[in-house]
Amino acid sequence: MSIDKDTVKRVARLARLSVTEEEAESLKGELNSILNWVEMLNEVDVDGVAPMTSVVTQEMKKRDDVVTDGNYANLVVSNAPASEENYFMVPKVIE
Amino acid sequence: MTDLTSLTIAEAREGLAKKEFTATELTTSYIKAIDGADQLNAYVTKTPEKALEMAKASDERLAKGEARPLEGIPLGIKDLYCTKGVGAYACSHILDGFKPEYESTVSQNLWDDGAVMLGKLAMDEFAMGSTTETSYFGPVKNPWRAEGETIDRVPGGSSGGSAAAVAARICAGATASDTGGSIRQPAAFTGTVGIKPTYGRCSRWGMIAFASSLDQAGPIARTVRDAAIMLKSMASVDPKDTTSVDLPVPDYEAALTGNVKGMRIGIPKEYRVDGMPEEVEANWQQGIDWLKAAGAEIVDISLPMTKYALPAYYIVAPAEASSNLARYDGVKYGLRVNGNDIVDMYEKTRAAGFGSEVKRRILIGTYVLSAGYYDAYYLRAQKIRSLIKQDFDKAFQTVDTILTPATPSAAFELNKEITDPVEMYLNDIFTVTVNMAGLPGISVPSGKNGQGLPMGLQLIGKAFDEETLFRTAGVLEEAAGILEAPAKWW
Amino acid sequence: MAEASSKLIKGATGDWEVVIGMEIHAQVASEAKLFSGSSTKFGGEANAHVSFVDAAMPGMLPVINEECVRQAIRTGLGLKAKINNRSLFDRKNYFYPDLPQGYQISQYKDPIVGEGEVVLYMLDGEEVRIGVERLHLEQDAGKSMHDQHPTMSFVDLNRSGVALMEIVSKPDIRSSEEAKAYMTKMRTIVRYLGTSDGNMEEGSMRADVNVSVRRPGDPLGTRCELKNMNSIRFIGQAIEYEARRQIGILEDGGSIDQETRLYDPKKGETRSMRSKEEAHDYRYFPDPDLLPLEFDDAYVEELRKDLPELPDDKRDRFISDLGLKPYDASVLVASKRLAAFFEKVATGRDAQLAANWVINEWLGRINKESLDIDQSPVSADQLGAIIDLIKAGDISGKIAKDLFEIVWTEGGDPAKIVEEKGMKQVTDTGAIEAIIDEIIAKNPDQVEKVKEKPSLIGWFVGQVMKASQGKANPQAVNQILKDKLGL
Ligand SMILES: [Mg+2]
Ligand SMILES: [Zn+2]
Repeated sequence: MSIDKDTVKRVARLARLSVTEEEAESLKGELNSILNWVEMLNEVDVDGVAPMTSVVTQEMKKRDDVVTDGNYANLVVSNAPASEENYFMVPKVIE
Repeated sequence: MTDLTSLTIAEAREGLAKKEFTATELTTSYIKAIDGADQLNAYVTKTPEKALEMAKASDERLAKGEARPLEGIPLGIKDLYCTKGVGAYACSHILDGFKPEYESTVSQNLWDDGAVMLGKLAMDEFAMGSTTETSYFGPVKNPWRAEGETIDRVPGGSSGGSAAAVAARICAGATASDTGGSIRQPAAFTGTVGIKPTYGRCSRWGMIAFASSLDQAGPIARTVRDAAIMLKSMASVDPKDTTSVDLPVPDYEAALTGNVKGMRIGIPKEYRVDGMPEEVEANWQQGIDWLKAAGAEIVDISLPMTKYALPAYYIVAPAEASSNLARYDGVKYGLRVNGNDIVDMYEKTRAAGFGSEVKRRILIGTYVLSAGYYDAYYLRAQKIRSLIKQDFDKAFQTVDTILTPATPSAAFELNKEITDPVEMYLNDIFTVTVNMAGLPGISVPSGKNGQGLPMGLQLIGKAFDEETLFRTAGVLEEAAGILEAPAKWW
Repeated sequence: MAEASSKLIKGATGDWEVVIGMEIHAQVASEAKLFSGSSTKFGGEANAHVSFVDAAMPGMLPVINEECVRQAIRTGLGLKAKINNRSLFDRKNYFYPDLPQGYQISQYKDPIVGEGEVVLYMLDGEEVRIGVERLHLEQDAGKSMHDQHPTMSFVDLNRSGVALMEIVSKPDIRSSEEAKAYMTKMRTIVRYLGTSDGNMEEGSMRADVNVSVRRPGDPLGTRCELKNMNSIRFIGQAIEYEARRQIGILEDGGSIDQETRLYDPKKGETRSMRSKEEAHDYRYFPDPDLLPLEFDDAYVEELRKDLPELPDDKRDRFISDLGLKPYDASVLVASKRLAAFFEKVATGRDAQLAANWVINEWLGRINKESLDIDQSPVSADQLGAIIDLIKAGDISGKIAKDLFEIVWTEGGDPAKIVEEKGMKQVTDTGAIEAIIDEIIAKNPDQVEKVKEKPSLIGWFVGQVMKASQGKANPQAVNQILKDKLGL
């Protein structure tokens, strides 16, 4: 299976990465090289094998329903490229 | 007085306890050494004021006889760890200017044990790479050079800054992290000891994520003992990390008994890969001989899924990364490149902020998770992961630990043109299986190759049996002899 | 089948059937968020109820709130649904400024709750069963505000990470009435269980409504999703409009585009949300930061044991034990507090009479004045006392209504009021006879007529009641009149 340039661009769009035509072209080659290589996984018989969903085998830790965090809006936005009155600011979103 | 930077953590700990020197003196020696080693480019952020402040506090503690396990020991921290008030960029442009308001659990554990922070160490961008050349802040140079050569070599990666800094004696020890070999491979390239503990042993809280199911913190140190001291401190049970395992942290130093008599060491035949350099093969055999001589029993084993681990890894890791790195969107922190609208802003920010290797992996990861491909790629890879784990489970029914080479070669030259990404990925061929199965692995120096470059062997252990790894690694270290520092050329 | 055909919509070219499925998002009643320790409180300063986890700072990790798990299971039990002892959390990946992680932690393939059922008791007495496909836990998103600045949107993450239960119905709903009843019933259930406050105004309960139309018996048509409906009334209006819109297009030979639409209540129309919406590809995969969510049957049984009586069970009990009319029982169980109020009034009294009074007088008045049940000026004891006075024959039904009005506006002990204001019925036959004699004497024409047409006795009764200011006992009046008029 190999992917074409349009697929590269579609995937880049999904990943929110702008790519130029040239980048898409060279990425096509690199991605195909990787995808061709991983094809070898098709040799493995995985019938009836459960996928690994967690590396750790223990009951999932849970937290109590207690408010222990928050109330530091200034710290939440302290690294923001743009903020006003503790809101994050982004280019206007049109719905 | 000897150069204080030549002391191991264990030695420095003793010297401080005996008041042969102060933490401030020790720290000052390191600050000087760091400033003289800018050529290596191992540090991306230096924090000398903070270091001296912490050293002063340590001296007060030492004076009062209240020393903690790492009191006054100057350490470097991989840039992957969030450190309160000190930049944490994962060596990516996308985290431009980011100063976390919180401290990672692992680094906090070290400070709570009295360690001193020298600064932040370079790495491959978001830990994606095997050379530390993908760092936004430029490549790190391996302090080791081939005998009679002046050619710069890579320190390995992604924890190349950590490994280079430890090897060059510009920190006593360093934190690192390992997703597919990022502790063990650079340790092997720089003649240092690196351990990736069992997944879940160290908290991932505050460690910038690459691939969540594979990432694990660990130390790089000069000796097995130092690595044991550091891991004891770094490891903890953390309620803030669901995948942190609820087991007490053992005293790893106590495991260094030097006795491997009767221990069963597995030698997996599948690690004898095609085209493996003879020196790697010979080094491996040397390790086998050392352990045999120490009274261990050598057992041939088979790990049939070995060859599938790397391609499966290059599905799982990019898939998780593509999602983990979605938060870098120019909204909450880091770089923003303005655009016509929100989508344009996202696309421009991420295109400018991520380097080419990161982009490549985001795209692969996005592709393998996308509609219609999930089952063929991601699900299949996770099933293969189960099979890899089963291989190890079976092997560990008959052996106590497994010995393999750490890397398929010694450190190679910097700026090696590699056009096919797969070629670069093969660096992780011996280490990645361990991450896929969530097991602990340690890389220990095992002599030098014909060019005078360090080589390393890897020991793989049962889950949460780091003690056996330390014990066995200690025996290998003893047999190989602790490596002298690389000749200073920088 | 008579009921079914009545739900069909008449088009120009014949009948159409509307097919509706709903995805309800209900905020879990909890103090802290689903995966962090920050507060779920509504409102607050911008980003005040936000932790570094909610803001998706690098290296932050989710840890699940056990209470949210408990509430999801309890809700599942309330929906008579299958509880899954093992479920997984997945990441749903997409970019949006109010989604700080770049993904929503949700449950995709393996939800915590599987198939269940909700029964609707419709006004006409029909019972409609709506299948529940699943219930899963997920994170809410933050809020973007687009009207604060000429070129920028403002993002507040206070809601980011709040626990939601998404309850997905099967496409079993066949009319706007059923859709409204389903939403109402779901709100009743979560409120009974206390698993969500069901407050639609604050957005803690909202629905995405999938609407399609087809010819009866045909396969499913293409659906449109009406997003984020947060009023039951608007759900009804939006479905009516949307079904008509789709029928119009199809009857004109067009076809329906699958799309997301928004209902504009001012215009009473739905409109396409994005003219050229990008195809979604959420790239779901299990969240590697979390482990599978597992619990044993004992845990579920423990929760089941502690469930309160659910509305359907209460309704059944009201019908079988108290002998209420099914419709009245349905009305009374619509809210836990209403049912409790009724039960207090009905205890030791004629339950159907109590139901009539609670529904017609008391609830009617509550609704008319838009009051909360807790704000009622008439307590259950006061209403009970009024009913007791009727039963004892002390007051007539009509006087009782006057009495209710007095108690509502002025308060007080109904029995005392009756006493003080002299509202008691006159049962003294002598007094009634005197009044009747006077009326008969004054109206000889009517006396003649009533002999021809006995039903005119009503006129006499009216006169007597008027003369007695409503206090004469109607039964006594009737009897004496009959005797005197020789009927
Ligand atoms: Mg510790
Ligand atoms: Zn949802």
